[in-house]
Amino acid sequence: MEKQEFTITIYTENSIGMIGRISNIFSRRKINIESLNTSPSEVEGIHRFTILISEGEEVVRKLCRQIEKQVEVLKAYFNTNEELIWQEQALYKVPADVVNEKVYVERLLRQYGANVVVIRPDYIVFETAGHREEIDRLTQELTKYGLIEFVRGARIAIIKDSAGFHAKLKQFEREEPAPDIVENEFLDQQDQVFTM
Amino acid sequence: MSTLEKTETKESQKTTAASQLTGSQAVLEALIHEGVDTVFGYPGGAIMPIYDALYDYNDRLKHILVRHEQGGIHAAQGYARTSGRVGVAFATSGPGATNLVTGLADAMIDSNPIVCITGQVFASLLGTDAFQETDVINITSPVTKWSYQVTEASEIPTALAKAFYVASTGRPGPVLIDITKNAQIELFDYLGYEKCTHIRSYRPAPIVRKEYIEKAAEVINSAKKPFVLFGQGIILGKAEQEFRSFIEKGGFPSATTVMGLSALETDHPLHVGMLGMHGNYAPNVMTNECDVLIAVGMRFDDRVTGRLDKYAKQAKVIHLDIDPAEIDKNVKTTVPVWGDCKETLPLLTELIKKGDHADWLQQFRDLEKEEIKEVIQDELHPKGDILTMGEVVNVLNELTGGNAIITTDVGQHQMIACRYAKFNQSKSNVTSGGLGTMGFGLPAAIGAWYGAPDRDVVAIIGDGGFQMTLQELGTIMQFGAKVKILILNNQFLGMVRQWQQLFNDKRYSFVNITSPDFVAVAKGYYIDGNKVSERKDLREALETMLNHDSSYLLEVMVGKENNVFPMVAQGTSVSEIRLK
Repeated sequence: MEKQEFTITIYTENSIGMIGRISNIFSRRKINIESLNTSPSEVEGIHRFTILISEGEEVVRKLCRQIEKQVEVLKAYFNTNEELIWQEQALYKVPADVVNEKVYVERLLRQYGANVVVIRPDYIVFETAGHREEIDRLTQELTKYGLIEFVRGARIAIIKDSAGFHAKLKQFEREEPAPDIVENEFLDQQDQVFTM
Repeated sequence: MSTLEKTETKESQKTTAASQLTGSQAVLEALIHEGVDTVFGYPGGAIMPIYDALYDYNDRLKHILVRHEQGGIHAAQGYARTSGRVGVAFATSGPGATNLVTGLADAMIDSNPIVCITGQVFASLLGTDAFQETDVINITSPVTKWSYQVTEASEIPTALAKAFYVASTGRPGPVLIDITKNAQIELFDYLGYEKCTHIRSYRPAPIVRKEYIEKAAEVINSAKKPFVLFGQGIILGKAEQEFRSFIEKGGFPSATTVMGLSALETDHPLHVGMLGMHGNYAPNVMTNECDVLIAVGMRFDDRVTGRLDKYAKQAKVIHLDIDPAEIDKNVKTTVPVWGDCKETLPLLTELIKKGDHADWLQQFRDLEKEEIKEVIQDELHPKGDILTMGEVVNVLNELTGGNAIITTDVGQHQMIACRYAKFNQSKSNVTSGGLGTMGFGLPAAIGAWYGAPDRDVVAIIGDGGFQMTLQELGTIMQFGAKVKILILNNQFLGMVRQWQQLFNDKRYSFVNITSPDFVAVAKGYYIDGNKVSERKDLREALETMLNHDSSYLLEVMVGKENNVFPMVAQGTSVSEIRLK
């Protein structure tokens, strides 16, 4: 199966060791995590992991089932890029004199929507957010002008179709989670696919 | 901590009014409230407070002092497997905890409900490379269903309640609770023990969906050549009766995995044998002949499926499992039936037609005859003078009537025991199926006996595996577990030797293992024993072993270079199973 970017969104309890338990599931299968973000979610007390990997869909589905098997994981979703709105954030530290003297740099930063975070006599820190390629391009450009330091955040993503986790969590708390409707549940090799 | 607070419990289960307890006392109170009667363990510095408290609980909790922590957890596994309850093991920090790892991995892959309690250094010393400090939570994370480090005494009741709940519900598995020494010592206001009944992030079993069951029944009812594969899920789900009703109504030929052995009595007319690499001929071949494959509580291990791209490609597959991650993991499913088979099997039984597949079943029996002729006859009734493993197991069957619990180690003797041992009742086969842990058999037998002390327990072990954990003879000596040890000695690490013979041009590389005088070793532990190498002595020796009023060791010298057949060689299809 052809590899493509998948973003895995995981809702978990906020407990110690979750990153380890989740990352083990990938490393055990020798799958590289391209980026990983963990943060509080829209629901208080529930953490949200956003993991970017490049794999085939079947592998990703199996991974998500293994992830959901973890006692402290509530739910794991996987989405293709089309199903998401996503961003990465980046910070750049650029020598102040370059920005002051080269009009091109200033224009470049404006073109990429970079904002100034800190101005010091010796350097200026900019931040920007966008897709990976945009950030890559800006980084490349700035490298030519003595980029001192650069850091990029992990991908964070919003699922277009998601209604958030509040309702789902209530189901879990009431011990009555609604059954999931998974489209490709019936993978019969004889094409006698049963759909509901 | 935060997750523990969210553990919901029922108010009515509160047991005692507030009183001051130490963390250690709270641990033991928890075990008693969970109905634990036997603990297998080994003390050490970081778990001393719990052992100190144990001194006062001696009348309510039996503690079996093993000789190595690996023996402790294997015993807990044996206990869990024959009793159907949670097995408990204690170990200290550092080496005590790391010695549990093999057993945890074994329990994880074979879905044994186990709670391990390990001592840990004082919370203030965590991360300082303190004496006997090891990061056991992280070491064991891939081989535990859940683990938690307790650093305050007040967390103990909720942590243990959650541990027992997680270990025993859904697809069971091992849980490890690591308790720092300060938490064992501290006094806290004990509000009674509340059993855990719900964790919001944990779903023991998926919700049963009627439409799947209806579709599955439809597929089954259209089958001309239905074939049922069953695994340990039947035993874990306590669904033996439900399973029997299901196959009897449909008239389905049914084959077991190694782990499913004894879920259905061996003599059942629909039992067609064992699947897998050294399973029976008919079920392996017929996997690629059937039109509907119904898998119940099994996980399509590679030793069962052989080459996957040539596995049951002609069949529609119905897979009943409690663990959603098992569906489509190895074999693609036509209709998945998620849920506890105790619940799903009766629903399915109701919808299926009463069936009689006599002609189809006869095809299994015909192949069985071929296997008897080519393999079984010579194995059970050899013409030569040299004893075979199979005939030893066969005589054992005749003497026990199939009522004994059989524990095995790993290797040729294990496959022979699984192939030929007769089982009349469930929870009678205790073997290391998924992990293939040599050294499992003896300690597991000790635990198996404590889990079912009224039954005969026979540990069938090879000469190699026995030398891995024979120190547990000391445990038997001290506590009197009535374990009958049957060593099948072929003077080789036989299974590896068999592979070297078949696939490595007989280049026997380090499979020639010498053994001590096992009977003398047993005698050193004050355990009676005997050794036989001739057929004329076999039956009497086995009788003596079984009738002995305490533990006993019988060593039987068997053929050195006998092979286990049939065999599905690695990388080949189940239908390419070879008879020789």
